[in-house]
Amino acid sequence: MNILTKWLRAYLPGLPVDDAQLAEDLTLRGIAVEGIYSLGDGNGSLYEMDITTNRVDAMNHYGVAREAAAIYGLALPALNFPLPQAKAAKSPFSVRIEAEDVCGRYTARVLRGVKIADSRDWFPGVEVSTYFGLLQQKCISNAVDATNYAWIAMGQPTHAFDLDKIVGGIVVRRALKGEKLKTLDGMERTLDPEDLVVADHAKALALAGVMGGWDTMITPATTNVLVEAAWFDPMAVRKTARRHGLHTDASHRFERGADFNAATVASALVSSILLANGGSIEGDLVDVRIPAIEACTANRKPVSLELSEVHRILGATVDEEGITAATVEVVLKALGCELTKTVDAAWLVTLPSWRLDLDRDIDLIEEVARVYGYNRFRNTLPAFGEGVHALPWAEKEAAVRGTFMSAGFHEAIASTFCSAAEAALSAPQPGLVVPLGNPLSEEAGVLRPSLVPGMLGMIAGNLHRDVNDVRLFELGTVFSGTTEKVDERPAVAFGAVGSLPEQGALHPARAIDFHDVKGAVEQVLARFQARAVYFDRFPAEAALTPEWLHPYRAARVAVEGATVGWFGQLHPRQAAARKLKEPVLVGELYLDRLYNLPLRKTAVREISRFQPVRRDFSLVLDESIPWETIDRALAGLQIPELVDWRVREVFRDAKIGAREYSLLLGATFQAPDRTLREEELQNFQARVVAAVGKAGARLRA
Amino acid sequence: MNNEDIPNLTAFDEASLGEAFATVERQARNAAAALGTPEAVEAFRLEWLGRKQGRLNEVSSRWLKAAPVESKKPLGLRFNALKAVVEGLLDEALGSGPSDAALAAEAIDITLPGTRRLTGAEHPITKTLNEITRVFAALGYSVGVGPEVETDFYNFESMNFPPGHPARDTQDTLVVANQERRSQRDRLLLRTHTSPVQMRTMESQPPPVRIVIPGKVHRNDAQDATHSPIFHQVEGLCVDTNITFSDLKGTLDHAMKALFGSAVKTRFFPSFFPFTEPSADVQISCIFCGGKGCRKCKNSGWIELLGCGMVDPAVFAFAQEKQPAYDPKKISGFAFGMGVERIAMMKYGVSEIGQFYAGDMRFLGQFA
Repeated sequence: MNILTKWLRAYLPGLPVDDAQLAEDLTLRGIAVEGIYSLGDGNGSLYEMDITTNRVDAMNHYGVAREAAAIYGLALPALNFPLPQAKAAKSPFSVRIEAEDVCGRYTARVLRGVKIADSRDWFPGVEVSTYFGLLQQKCISNAVDATNYAWIAMGQPTHAFDLDKIVGGIVVRRALKGEKLKTLDGMERTLDPEDLVVADHAKALALAGVMGGWDTMITPATTNVLVEAAWFDPMAVRKTARRHGLHTDASHRFERGADFNAATVASALVSSILLANGGSIEGDLVDVRIPAIEACTANRKPVSLELSEVHRILGATVDEEGITAATVEVVLKALGCELTKTVDAAWLVTLPSWRLDLDRDIDLIEEVARVYGYNRFRNTLPAFGEGVHALPWAEKEAAVRGTFMSAGFHEAIASTFCSAAEAALSAPQPGLVVPLGNPLSEEAGVLRPSLVPGMLGMIAGNLHRDVNDVRLFELGTVFSGTTEKVDERPAVAFGAVGSLPEQGALHPARAIDFHDVKGAVEQVLARFQARAVYFDRFPAEAALTPEWLHPYRAARVAVEGATVGWFGQLHPRQAAARKLKEPVLVGELYLDRLYNLPLRKTAVREISRFQPVRRDFSLVLDESIPWETIDRALAGLQIPELVDWRVREVFRDAKIGAREYSLLLGATFQAPDRTLREEELQNFQARVVAAVGKAGARLRA
Repeated sequence: MNNEDIPNLTAFDEASLGEAFATVERQARNAAAALGTPEAVEAFRLEWLGRKQGRLNEVSSRWLKAAPVESKKPLGLRFNALKAVVEGLLDEALGSGPSDAALAAEAIDITLPGTRRLTGAEHPITKTLNEITRVFAALGYSVGVGPEVETDFYNFESMNFPPGHPARDTQDTLVVANQERRSQRDRLLLRTHTSPVQMRTMESQPPPVRIVIPGKVHRNDAQDATHSPIFHQVEGLCVDTNITFSDLKGTLDHAMKALFGSAVKTRFFPSFFPFTEPSADVQISCIFCGGKGCRKCKNSGWIELLGCGMVDPAVFAFAQEKQPAYDPKKISGFAFGMGVERIAMMKYGVSEIGQFYAGDMRFLGQFA
């Protein structure tokens, strides 16, 4: 909404500040001036305003002038548009409000013999062509411009009908089922029985408070005019406008609550503009009011306000005396309230008809603070409350995040949404995918059931931009359920592709592989206290491995018997579909399950001061025997002095069998209390050889 | 290495012995002087002191064996002295380590770039969220969270956005499908702000409340340089007896100074949010120009950063349905909310909000 300072100064000739200062003062009182544009000598400035939705009263020149008057303590003259004497009518124009619940007031004035012409500056105070020129508001005709002038001046929407097209009189009612109306925008509309319409005795004429009708619009041939100024219910106007996809200057104002008492003033303003070019009034103003609505708009019950409550809510001011009773009275009176003192420092406050947003004492307290000036309140701090409580999983989340970061993964955040196809691919629980009613796009049609699609998208994004080394993880929410009930769970996804970062001038590059990522997963799991952590794989026919994973290069992660995630190489089919040539490693952990575990607490173990003895065993194994078998066999020995065993090397060699591989096992023996004797070591070695032999390994000759 | 032969000893008089031992000692000293590397020192040890083929062993076996009985004692004395000298030379060689020349041969190019491990970076949004929650933790605020899929009741109605209220227009909402048949307040939507957690918190505990709520929120907005349908907010709520508007001002002034530096000034002006009254927008003095006016603050010297206000009694009335202690006549409170992306963009000079969600390694790596 744009405001002319020239127009404001016409209402308030005594404004003591320049346009820049006025803008600043208004803004600091909540009437925000977003931009100031000088219009040249004598024309003042144009303010681009950003008025909050609750302040419809300030979405016009007179309303802004009222705020300025309150700030500077000026008197704002009431608007008054004297009209010539009316000619007598044979009978009053017929107006009937049928929809009494949503039309609170309807005024109608009959003008005859008007001449439709171009707008001019009709008389002092109504400089239509000057103001519209400065506002760059298109001039159409004196009738149309008069109604526009009324809302720009004082916020009240009005409407001018071609009286000769009206049959009988006006009825404000709800539309009939299937009723048709061609609106001013040329659209032929089928009305809804809930739509509020202004009708005559034969047909709907206009969408009440939203848009006039085509058939009764003012044309150059119009000579007789009916001027409407009414009060329509905000919700009724809003719903009608919504249903028809309309948002007009009129509906914008009615939706936010118009001034019940402004109808007669606006009617006079519009009429006086039209009559300035000839014509006369016929009959008295017809003014139909619904008392029930008047009682909750113009004639609301006074609100009681206590100074102590003002202090309780607002607190300390920079000024020593604080908010005084005098301050309260001056501010509220300037805004149009009337105050009656009940006891000392308490009032009954009568509310102005144009401020439907004021309703309770807190609303008045806000007005006092606003006009007094927010920045005149002191900066104080409340007393310290109770202790600070951490979320139960905060430390665990930090452990997961920190571990991925220290493993060289960057944290990322992806979209909350994915396509239905991606959801079907990645949902851990198929079918429990939640669609959106109004998605941003088809690609964002559902709530993500997994972080994997987002991770794959980000990996692809990097590769397609020729960023070839990618390490990312995302901590986020995944969704499952139905449109009736949605479950949210925390998860972490991770993805990696490209070379290890250790490559440099002196070392050859090496592609990151499954076991690098497995290492990161192990590091994360190691942060938690768990008895049984294992990785396993399922035969393809079991169809348990997620479709996005390579069935033979992927692992399930299980902790205490429950699946906590999956990871591995992206299925080549998926890689091809995403045009990813490099093997991509990707996975997801279900953090809600991991968070059930306590974090591992460090309990330091004594470090033996006796010499460890390392023994290597060169084994030959059948391809079908995985490391896990050897690992378990050694664990089964339960030799306390066997403190560590690991794979030192795995290699394939033409000299051994075709279906066999070599494994160099490194074992370390150490006792906490003594140096191991040779016979002990020989005994341990023999037991190791026996155990791995039983597991299917033979010693390499 | 000294390859000179050990002289033959033909006469065993004192002079002959002296000369012969002097020759061998000179050979040993010459050999020791040339030692550079640890390998050479070891070779010296083996050559001179080796048990089988060592030169001293040779001296001993050749000379001592041939000596007449009366010469064996003086020869033995001289031999022991020689052995001590050689051992001394060896100790010296071991102690002083390799020579400079030997070290120079091992030179490397230290100007080649170091081999760097990738340091994982915390996402700038996480970083900023954590900074904000830390500032408020120091003021006694715990962290609260709530669901990203909310009901209309928590997101709107209990926050004093009645059904059909124009204020709802300011928050275009993404909704879950198939909600039309449900009652308005049960309809599921993607929360448009973190404010619903205010109500969830108050419903679950009586006052006092000091809580900050970080979280992801969604709106049905078109993406541009500064707007995204996905963004993050931090909401704050403080409820207690005697909480005032000046407490709100002081708290946020303190928080902004903690976040942006003690020179930052704050300025409050009236705004409108359905769930607070009085409501305010807060500006901070421009952190780029210090308030003098620059391109970043559109020459105003101020940057708008957050919305806040005193909790509206209507919101307390909803909380009272489950926790009667939220009587707006007895308690009061304030709430505030800030967009995390906006703060992160300002702090780190990010020009496109979309960069936060693209997962681009080149962008994220800068925060390591």
